[in-house]
Amino acid sequence: MTETLPETTSAAERLSTAPAYTPSGRNPLLRAWRQLTSMRTALLLLALLALAAVPGTLLPQRGLNPAKVAAYFSAHPHLAPWLDKLSLFDVFAAPWFAAIYLLLFVSLIGCLIPRLRLHVRAMRRQPPRAPRHLLRMTTSTDWQASDVPQDVVAHAAGVLRSRRWRTVVTEEADGAVSVAAEKGYLRETGNLVFHVALLLLLTGIALGGMFGYKGTVLVTVGDGFSNVQSSYDVFSPSRFFSNTHLPPFSFTLQRFTATYEPNGQPRSFDAVVGYQRTPNSAPKTFDIRPNDPLSVDGSDVYLVGHGYALQIQVRDPHGRVVYNNATPFLPDDAMFTSHGVVKVPNGLAHQLGLTGFFYPTYGSTALGAQSVYPAADDPTLDLAAWQGDLGLSSGQPQSVYDLPVASLKNVGTTQLTPGKTWRLADGTSVTFVGVRDWATFQVAHDPGTKLVLVAAVLIVLGLLASLRVRRRRFWLRAAPAAAGAGSRRTVVHAAGLARSDADGNASEFDRLVHQLKD
Amino acid sequence: MAPNLHLAHISDVLFTWTVFVYAVAMLGYAAEFAFARLARARGESPARSIRLGQAAVAITVAGWGLHISSVVTRGLAAHRVPWGNMYEFSSMVSLVAVTVFLAMLTRQQVRFLGAFVMAPVVLYLGLAGTVLYVPAGPLQPVLNSYWIKIHVVAAITASGAFMVSGVVTVLYLMKSWLERRAASVSIGPGTAAAVELREPAVGVRGNARAMVDGVARWLPSSERLDRLSYQVIGFAFPVWTFAIIAGAIWAKYAWSRYWGWDPKETWSFITWVVYAAYLHARATAGWRGRRAAYLSLLGFGCLMVDYYVVNTVITGLHSYAGVG
Ligand code: HEM
Repeated sequence: MTETLPETTSAAERLSTAPAYTPSGRNPLLRAWRQLTSMRTALLLLALLALAAVPGTLLPQRGLNPAKVAAYFSAHPHLAPWLDKLSLFDVFAAPWFAAIYLLLFVSLIGCLIPRLRLHVRAMRRQPPRAPRHLLRMTTSTDWQASDVPQDVVAHAAGVLRSRRWRTVVTEEADGAVSVAAEKGYLRETGNLVFHVALLLLLTGIALGGMFGYKGTVLVTVGDGFSNVQSSYDVFSPSRFFSNTHLPPFSFTLQRFTATYEPNGQPRSFDAVVGYQRTPNSAPKTFDIRPNDPLSVDGSDVYLVGHGYALQIQVRDPHGRVVYNNATPFLPDDAMFTSHGVVKVPNGLAHQLGLTGFFYPTYGSTALGAQSVYPAADDPTLDLAAWQGDLGLSSGQPQSVYDLPVASLKNVGTTQLTPGKTWRLADGTSVTFVGVRDWATFQVAHDPGTKLVLVAAVLIVLGLLASLRVRRRRFWLRAAPAAAGAGSRRTVVHAAGLARSDADGNASEFDRLVHQLKD
Repeated sequence: MAPNLHLAHISDVLFTWTVFVYAVAMLGYAAEFAFARLARARGESPARSIRLGQAAVAITVAGWGLHISSVVTRGLAAHRVPWGNMYEFSSMVSLVAVTVFLAMLTRQQVRFLGAFVMAPVVLYLGLAGTVLYVPAGPLQPVLNSYWIKIHVVAAITASGAFMVSGVVTVLYLMKSWLERRAASVSIGPGTAAAVELREPAVGVRGNARAMVDGVARWLPSSERLDRLSYQVIGFAFPVWTFAIIAGAIWAKYAWSRYWGWDPKETWSFITWVVYAAYLHARATAGWRGRRAAYLSLLGFGCLMVDYYVVNTVITGLHSYAGVG
């Protein structure tokens, strides 16, 4: 802020530490820096950031839904690779997106440092002296008083101070006395807090991206999970994550309950788990629900999905059990029509594969068999049996949910309900023992979350101060009246100036003047 | 719990009445404007038009009461908060817009905004009651959290206020265009007629021009309109910021991450950045005034995309980008 007397409206702008657009000077580096940290560049970069985010909502994104990206590739085989070269399927991880926000933050830092310095200086400095011609300002007034100028000003300064204005009283030439007052430094403080908090926010996000982890795991009721990397179905560590960071907790899924509306829309999910912080600590139980994760040792365990696992027993022709597992089936629709595979590579004369469709509530529709309600009210299993080489020893990785049936021989199909047994031609028997629930959990740890939350709170508080508080000045000058002016010995001039909210400022000015006149 | 059909029906009836009463209020404000012009043309006192305006305010307040009752009965009927789908959401946003207008009225003379606020509100409610309407029903379990209340209330509040600021911004652009035209016209002699059209003009073009001039006279200065829209955005922006943060906290509980760049989150972010750009523009030489106003309208456009395009097109069947 410069020391000139604020008489014009442009001086009103100096109630802020906003940088002016002044890329001057000979040094090209300095010029570039000034340019980068000017308001105009900040504005441009903000607009660019908004624009750059748009394609991320119009094109499928790998981070959100890799399957849709793959579908886009097959639908647009010529265009997709080009878009991919431009990182348009990973917009929010793209180098050009990072370039925009990093430039913005460099600009922000460059802009903040001088503003912080200016603001600290402004806070320590006394309010600027009263301009000579107070009545020229838009918000101003005058009146006469019977007290001597010194008393008028002393009284005014007292009132202003009691309202937490910062004041300075000056004895001027020719017997006049003036008081200059300023208030609302919190506006600029809030604005600076807001911008610094933006930097904190970015730091917190970066921390999470560097040291966090997340993974998902499917657990059938009655089974357990312990937090080591090999237990996960999918595990995504961050760049600097190391396995020793995994806290050694474990849990078992004791019970899972889902309830539904009559139309099949889900009403509630509830997964009861018994968990231990470490293998030696006392077990506790917790209900994991949507919106209600289990927090252990800095990691959070979320319920993210559920489905049915079918207990299937396979016996050889002599009645020996060769397979007896709860096999998770994956849901295909909202009513939980599900598909799954059983593989029995050992213990039979031929390797056996079963492919099945499961209907928790069986219904026969125009489109064929279909589940008509998501709860297991009328569980029914359609099975097909296949014999031949399951290909498990080929060395090719195979999904547990897929059976490559092309090279296998179909040896029959059937429909089973719980408790029923199906006998194949070679004497092998398949029993659908019953249904259990499974749930998928996501385990996540993000060490930046706390910092992000603190930054977010500061962002809101800073904004509120920045947008609601008015930085304003008030001046009052009392001068001896010309001779012969009667009992009124003193002429008083007052003026007010604010950078924003002129309406609010004018009414505050009126109230203040009203009080000072009495 | 099954929805209470009787209450749901009452809510629908109240909704219809709300739209009707708001429409009457809108006509009332328009009549105030028309009678004020007439009175001025005839040199009479504007007492009658002022009474009309006050009646329009009273009718607005009555409609507002009906509107609140409609929202409350809807919530009671569905046994949950009444902002779980686009119909309810649009109704709430309009309710906030009317509330913001009424709140402004208690503090400053902004009755001139009446017709301009009520027109989009009536239109919006009409669309909500026809195109977006769905019967009362329960929420998805994932929506069942107290963060949804905080997050959605904040988002709705900000959106209703952004809507009012959008209206004021459009008026600002109109007025500043007319002021510039008047300034350029009045340079020459004998051009006062363009600004001071007293006699009813002849012909369609004359009527249109008289209308525009009448509106221009009716509106306060562009500077005041600019300040007004800044005030409203200055209220809405921190609330919108808070809404995004509350949404992130909710997402952290519900989906295990606070931010995932899904289309909804991304458009909320874009909206936020554009309004931040607006606030910056107001502090940047060469960007104040009309350019800042365009940014504010752009921000409102992004908000509409966030609510309607994202919900219906982007996450729908036709696009690949959805999280679904
Ligand atoms: C990271 C991106 C940024 C965001 C999201 C952002 C956001 C905001 C917001 C929302 C405001 C409004 C608060 C108010 O009006 O008091 C504001 C004000 C301000 N910003 Fe930024 N800003 C960013 C970067 C910058 C940069 C790089 C600069 C430096 C050129 C800057 C300088 C300012 C100044 C001087 C104000 C105060 C304007 C005034 O006096 O009214 N900002 N910013």
